[in-house]
Amino acid sequence: MKIEEIIDVLRGQFSELSFELLENSTPGGIIIPLNGMVDVMQFLHSDERCYFDMLSCVTGVDNGPEENSMELVYNLYSIPYDTHLAIKVSVPRQKPMVESLVAIWKTADWQEREVYDMYGIDFLGHPDLRRILMPADWEGFPLRKDYKEQKYYRGMEVKY
Amino acid sequence: MGLLDQKLGQGGIVISKLEDLINWARLSSMWPMGFGTACCAIEFMSALSTPYDLDRLGVIPRASPRQSDVMIVAGTVTFKMADRVRRLYEQMAEPRYVISMGSCSNCGGPYWEHGYHVVKGVDRIIPVDVYVPGCPPRPEALIGGLIKLQDKIRSETIVAPKAVEKLLAESED
Repeated sequence: MKIEEIIDVLRGQFSELSFELLENSTPGGIIIPLNGMVDVMQFLHSDERCYFDMLSCVTGVDNGPEENSMELVYNLYSIPYDTHLAIKVSVPRQKPMVESLVAIWKTADWQEREVYDMYGIDFLGHPDLRRILMPADWEGFPLRKDYKEQKYYRGMEVKY
Repeated sequence: MGLLDQKLGQGGIVISKLEDLINWARLSSMWPMGFGTACCAIEFMSALSTPYDLDRLGVIPRASPRQSDVMIVAGTVTFKMADRVRRLYEQMAEPRYVISMGSCSNCGGPYWEHGYHVVKGVDRIIPVDVYVPGCPPRPEALIGGLIKLQDKIRSETIVAPKAVEKLLAESED
C-alpha cells in the first residue's frame, strides 16, 4: 500500500482525527494527533490492509525550549506487505507524556526505555520504565537541547 | 643455545641477585585480565592471535582478576563501567599493573568534549603505569606498551631504600 492509500484508510477509519502527510520523508510519514495515538497504532498493527506487525524503531526529538515541543517518531514495518511507515507524534515539552505501546508491540519496551533515558519522556502504562543506557542514579536527560551534565558523578569529575 | 643452559651444564647452579630473579619472573609472566571495554579490545585480541603471538612474551589472558598481574584497559570507560573497572582492579593481587590502551582510556579520546558519559581518562579512577596511544593502537603498539612495562618492572627493587631517597630528595629541595 502507498502512503497516500494508508492515510486515506486512516481518514476513513478515524474521521474525528486529523492526519497530515509528512513531506520529503523517507520512508513515507504521517503526523498523527497525540490523543488518538493508541487507537491509530492498534489499527495500523491489526488491520489486514496495513498489518504493520513490526515496530523497528522509536526515536525522540527535542525541538528545544524555544519551539517548546518534543516529537516521537515510530518506524513501522509490515513484514507481509514489505512496507515501511513513519509515524510522528508531537508532545508538549513541559512534562512530556505519551501512552506506552508495549501492549501492541513487545519491542516497544526497551525502545521506550531508551527514549525515556535520553529525553525524559514518560510512557504511561509502561511495565518497567527505568533508565537503560545511563546509570540509574544519573541526573538529567542527555539528549535534551538544554542539557547540562552534572559536575561530578560518584566523585568522578564529568568534564574533561 | 643461550647463555642459561650453558651455565646449567656447569653443575646446575646460577648465581643471581634475588631482585633480578623476582623481576625476571614477574616481567616474563605478565598475565593480563581478559576483558575489554570497547573496540580497542579487538586489537588486543588480534595481538594475542598467531601473527603477533603475545604468548611469546608470557602474556596469557586470565579470566579472573585474582589470577591477573596486568589490567589492560582496552577501550572507552563509561561512568557506568567505572565502578566495575575500579572494583576489578581492587580484586587483583599485588603487584599489579595497569596499561591504558587507546585514546579513550588515556584521556577520553573522541568523547573528550561532548561525551557526557565517558570518564576522561582511566587514570582518574585507577593508577596507570603505561599509556598506549592510538585510536585504536595497532597490536605492535600494544606490544610496545607491554615491553615498556617490562622495562619498568625490570628496574623495580624490593631492597633499595627508595622511600629514604625520596625523603632526602624532598628535604634538599
